[in-house]
Amino acid sequence: MSVLVQLVTSFIAAASFGIIFNAPKESLIKCGFVGMLGWTVYYLMEAQGIDEVPSTVAAAFLIAVVSQVYAKVYKAPIIIYIVAGIIPLVPGGMAYNSMRNFVTNDYNMAITLAAKAFMISGSIAMGIVLSEVINQLMRQSRMKRIG
Amino acid sequence: MFEANYMDIDIEQYLEEQYDIMDVSLLAGKIMLESGAETYRVEDTMMRIAASYGIKESHSYVTPTGIMFSIETEEPTKTKLMRISDRTTDLKKVMLVNSTSRRISNGELSVPQAYRILKQIYQSDETYSLKTRLAAAAISSGCFLMMFQGGWIDFLPAVLAGGVGFASVVYFSELISIKFFAEFMASLIIGLMAFLFVQIGFGQELDKIIIGSVMPLVPGLLITNAVRDLIAGHLISGLSKGAEAFLTAFAIGSGIAVVVTFL
Repeated sequence: MSVLVQLVTSFIAAASFGIIFNAPKESLIKCGFVGMLGWTVYYLMEAQGIDEVPSTVAAAFLIAVVSQVYAKVYKAPIIIYIVAGIIPLVPGGMAYNSMRNFVTNDYNMAITLAAKAFMISGSIAMGIVLSEVINQLMRQSRMKRIG
Repeated sequence: MFEANYMDIDIEQYLEEQYDIMDVSLLAGKIMLESGAETYRVEDTMMRIAASYGIKESHSYVTPTGIMFSIETEEPTKTKLMRISDRTTDLKKVMLVNSTSRRISNGELSVPQAYRILKQIYQSDETYSLKTRLAAAAISSGCFLMMFQGGWIDFLPAVLAGGVGFASVVYFSELISIKFFAEFMASLIIGLMAFLFVQIGFGQELDKIIIGSVMPLVPGLLITNAVRDLIAGHLISGLSKGAEAFLTAFAIGSGIAVVVTFL
């Protein structure tokens, strides 16, 4: 049940972000799907007790790969699909808690949370870079085959 | 005498055409940059357009606040500079320019045709009305609350706070052209609303409501673009977009911090 709620809400949230960013109407469903996929991977991995950092890398990687496929198939810029998917992974909650601890003078806790939020932001980047690497490797091997 | 005159006209026409190609490239770049495309895509598009109109060598230098573009012909090199002052997010325009540049590469469009199409894209309205985007922001706030393990009881408060928060960002950025201030005010209002809801018993968890409602303000596009630019080697653009994202995050954080401190 809770997984179903997560699926539905993440789909709607990602598609809504498509609207906020003025994405083309026909891409909204795809934005929602990419967001749902990424969030589900993150959610399930976290529920298994895996740390947030590897979960975020895996989710961001999957989002980037699916977005690349969409971009190629529909001949659209990849950014349209990737952005909506990435948003749920942004460590907003952690950054908020960190800020909250800062203003209540609990600096130890605040620094811990801020470092964690920074690590998660880095792992989003990591996931995107990984998929870009694989994309370029594939393109090169295809070129070699042709050439 | 007659011969020389004829030549003059020819050269003038030729020069004009070179400038037209430049204008088409620059307009395409301007639209893309203002609509939130990655820097490398802007540069790539501009050079592709120039190349498909027969310009052998062109150089572009794009930062979030300006474009420099030069084309090399038999004449002395021509360079133009274009200042980009405001940046919004309109992914549809990015896509439209992208497909126009594809058509140009395929040789389907002449220079004047391409210019006319790009001009139309530049002047076109946003895809969704403000009301639709407000509704989307409100609903996504509620959905984020659920994704971050909130209870259904807080769904409606998050929707309200998120919607009002997004509306105040739009309102304040029209009022004063300082983005930081608009975001600060919006998160302050979100914090106050969430606090009020919890006080009157309409909502339960203050933290969850605030986190969910703040999500539409999160600079997700900037973060993604900053990373992608840095990877592609556009260090200046990547860093400045990262700085812009950090500034936004800081504005949101300090707005919330004010509420948490004083209440």
